[in-house]
Amino acid sequence: MSALVDLFTVAAVSAGILFFLAGVVGLLRFPDALTRLHALTKADNVGLGLIVAGLLPQASSLLEALKLVLVWLTVLLAGATVGQLIARVARRAGTRT
Amino acid sequence: MSFELSYELLVGLLVLTAAAWSVAARDTYSATVGFVSYGLLIAIMWMQLQAFDVALAEVAIGSGLTGLLLLSAAARLRAAEARVTSRPPVMLRIVAALACTAVSVSIAATVLRLPESAPSLAGAAVGALPATGLGNPVNGVLMAFRAFDTLLEKVVLVLSLVGVWSLAPEPGWSGRPRLLHPFADDGVLRFLARTLPPIGLLFGAHLMWNGADEPGGAFQGATVLAAMWLLVLMAGLGEAPRIRERWLRVAVVAGPMTFITVGLAGIGVAGAFLAYPEPHAKSLILFVELPMMLTIALVLALLVAGPPEPTAGP
Repeated sequence: MSALVDLFTVAAVSAGILFFLAGVVGLLRFPDALTRLHALTKADNVGLGLIVAGLLPQASSLLEALKLVLVWLTVLLAGATVGQLIARVARRAGTRT
Repeated sequence: MSFELSYELLVGLLVLTAAAWSVAARDTYSATVGFVSYGLLIAIMWMQLQAFDVALAEVAIGSGLTGLLLLSAAARLRAAEARVTSRPPVMLRIVAALACTAVSVSIAATVLRLPESAPSLAGAAVGALPATGLGNPVNGVLMAFRAFDTLLEKVVLVLSLVGVWSLAPEPGWSGRPRLLHPFADDGVLRFLARTLPPIGLLFGAHLMWNGADEPGGAFQGATVLAAMWLLVLMAGLGEAPRIRERWLRVAVVAGPMTFITVGLAGIGVAGAFLAYPEPHAKSLILFVELPMMLTIALVLALLVAGPPEPTAGP
């Protein structure tokens, strides 16, 4: 049972890291601000979500697990907002030139 | 090479890169972004050294709040910077380079000449900790063993706010600080400014309360509170107070005044300035920390908000 749980953790965290890697590649390779944002938000939302999901079974108590989920939700909220704001500035600058 | 060592080397390399980037960047804005990432990386380094209190302080104050101060300064400077196109004369640049090299070399030489086993008071601080009733030795040092330093630090904070306010034009004294808020009426930012503060207030209070026994403390908690207030102001959901308001003046000095009062009472009760009578040490420390947190949060937010500007109306 515990080996199965560990396997799940390794799989989920690795998948999360893959999303972060893809996000970084996108940030470096995509041509403009909007597409780069698109790449980054995937890393933030799904990548961190997978890492948190993978770490949940390793949490020592329910409170610790809840804290992990809260970290993810807060990053989701902040990331989504900042992404929107940057996109707005990029679009405003784009229409001006 | 062990995993741990290669990880530390990688973080160290990243810190150096971020530092070099923020020094070499031509544009003030890019330099500030470099400085913020440098601070975050330094915090990871402190985590690696198990210094969680320092890591928290670095993230909240060193990187976050200082970064915000520098960003708003960069935004205000942008117009003036665009006018300066000529580079400084060659001689000036050579002298500046020599001065910087001299400082760097002397710092490096000093670090290399440090004694092998660094002198430390850590053992004494941990040994005397039970007398304070606290569980976090860092907080014990800040609030009890070196309370005088902490008190002076708070006084300096208030003085720095006076310094910022003194930049106000004459009619500004009856006005309020005006934050640069490019997204004042943006729905998304307003949503964040309505959703995040309850979480932030809880977290700030948790950091301060928890600071007695675990990493955290009044300064870190206050920085989170200041950030929440600034978020509300930047979203245009509230206005900074007029700086002549009586409650504001009282709140700004509340922390240091409580600290000094408790400290003076210590002369009579415990025999020395800033000494706490032993059985009540922890409750007295919390009693000092609460108004101190209010003062720090207010002062930090008002430092970012800048000098008051003249406003129309009463």
